[in-house]
Amino acid sequence: MSAQAQSGQTALARILSSKFWSRRTLRQREELIAYLLVSPWVIGFLVFIVGPMLTSLGLSFTETDLFTLEFVGIENYTKLLSFDTTRTLFWTTLYNTAYYVFLSIPLTIGVGFFIAVLLNQNISGQPTYRIVYYLPAVIPGIATSLLWLWLFQPEFGLINWALSLVGIEGPRWLFDRSTAKMALVLMSVWGAGSNMLIFLAGLQGIPTELYEAATIDGAGIWRRFRNITIPMISPTLFFVVVTQIIWSSQVFTNVYVMTEGKGGPANATLMMVLYLYQVAFRQYRMGYASAYAWIFFLILLTFTLLLFRSSKAWVYYETEIGGQRS
Amino acid sequence: MSGAAIGIGTARASVKRSQRAQSILIHTVLIAGGIIVMIPLAWMLSTSLKPPHQITKFPPIWIPDPFVWSNYYRAVTIFPVSFVVFVRNSMYMSLMITLGTVLSNAIVAFAFARLTFRGSRVLFIIVLSTMMLPQQVTMIPLFILFSKFGWINTYNPLIVPHFFANAYFVFLLRQFYTTIPRELDDAARIDGCGVIGLFIRILLPLSKPALGITAIFAFSWAWNEFLGPLIYLSRMETFPLAIALSFLRAAHGVLWSELMVVSFIAMLPPVLLFFVAQKHYIQGIVITGVKG
Repeated sequence: MSAQAQSGQTALARILSSKFWSRRTLRQREELIAYLLVSPWVIGFLVFIVGPMLTSLGLSFTETDLFTLEFVGIENYTKLLSFDTTRTLFWTTLYNTAYYVFLSIPLTIGVGFFIAVLLNQNISGQPTYRIVYYLPAVIPGIATSLLWLWLFQPEFGLINWALSLVGIEGPRWLFDRSTAKMALVLMSVWGAGSNMLIFLAGLQGIPTELYEAATIDGAGIWRRFRNITIPMISPTLFFVVVTQIIWSSQVFTNVYVMTEGKGGPANATLMMVLYLYQVAFRQYRMGYASAYAWIFFLILLTFTLLLFRSSKAWVYYETEIGGQRS
Repeated sequence: MSGAAIGIGTARASVKRSQRAQSILIHTVLIAGGIIVMIPLAWMLSTSLKPPHQITKFPPIWIPDPFVWSNYYRAVTIFPVSFVVFVRNSMYMSLMITLGTVLSNAIVAFAFARLTFRGSRVLFIIVLSTMMLPQQVTMIPLFILFSKFGWINTYNPLIVPHFFANAYFVFLLRQFYTTIPRELDDAARIDGCGVIGLFIRILLPLSKPALGITAIFAFSWAWNEFLGPLIYLSRMETFPLAIALSFLRAAHGVLWSELMVVSFIAMLPPVLLFFVAQKHYIQGIVITGVKG
């Protein structure tokens, strides 16, 4: 009883003591400052992300051209996702984008990884190679697009000339619906250097002791690659795959510049974001475009979540190495 | 015994020999790849200096004869508006975006890296998850909002959002701040530094490299920006370089020399920045694992 009273007293004393109060207010003040400092991001998040996203969802159930607004229910969605392909271009754009993403990602990742592995073999002149391979990733999309438009030019372009050297008659690339998407994919491989850099950082984070121990145990090059390099690089690979899917599905500048904003020939290069731009800012069908943007977002979100789900099966996280990127 | 020693010696020599063979093979592959990467750029420069009749020569001519430097003058004077205007617009936009990016992210990242406040973990996870968000979902409402503000054909819609921090740079700077030893904070606190003093006197001066990376990335991305300006700017006097170039492509699609000239000019600022600061550049990509 007296012990209780005593502890009650000390607690009271502590509350009343000025030291406690000053510490408390200092802490509160600091917390207030912290909120103040993050407030730019919070405001930006609410005004430029949350608000617009909700507005966009609302707009997707209307038809609006900035001046009039009419509620149409789920009509935009049913029209977009209709299986009657004469009524909707959604499936065409989905196919084109998927074609581009699923061909360009393995290629850019494969090439980037291959170069990174070569550069990681204690090669002299590594910094120079790094600059050379990374350079295309620094060049503005507009310049890259104009340059490759010229390279793919059917009659005088450098690529068809190179093909003619080995006896192949080059296709009409961007002017032929069967090769136009492939041209965009090939062009994306030129920028594989950005993946190379990330993989190289990942490879350099693998402790050399692992390789030494494996060598002593008699593991050859292939075994070491298979059992050390691959699992240890898998977090980096996972990261690259996720960001690449998100970035490359938003392909816009190249297609816009190379096809004069049309996505031709015969919609063969009509990518999702290009179509979104056309519907929203050429035809001013903002409601339809909002529905389209939401479907685009949900597809990407599903893919990202599936990848995260699957990562448990193939991404190897070693706690000690977990923070290697930092 | 001596036989064994000889055996070891020859084994070592053969290992060395195979190592050298391997490194020659790797260099060969890397140089070949490097040449393939560089050829398009060489072709760009070559085309930009060719007289018209050499452009459509097949097989191609690599060294222009003569060098037509006047292509450069003709290309920049082909627009109805002075080329200087486009460069100035691009510079203005990129510098303002850089300013906003560095200021806002330096502050926000500091709070996440050094201050304890309720909800900071959840908030940081939200910050990171916005990195996965395609900007296209917010594009249309933002356009409507900014047009209500009367901001069409101004640079405000392109610049103002960058003053409110961005997930990618918050992450980059936070990662960098956390490498600065906390003992420095404690020492500064004991000397009577407040939170703001700690930020301005200790962390900012020590983070110059990271702030430099942020500025370089922000500038290069802003310079390359295409979809935003395309939506908000419709008058030619307001075009940044990228949009002016796409206009040139639409108007004169076959003037390859001129197109290569302006492409070359447009790529100079980010490429020069990359060369000047390539060490920081690569460090920035390594920190975040995201391409520049």
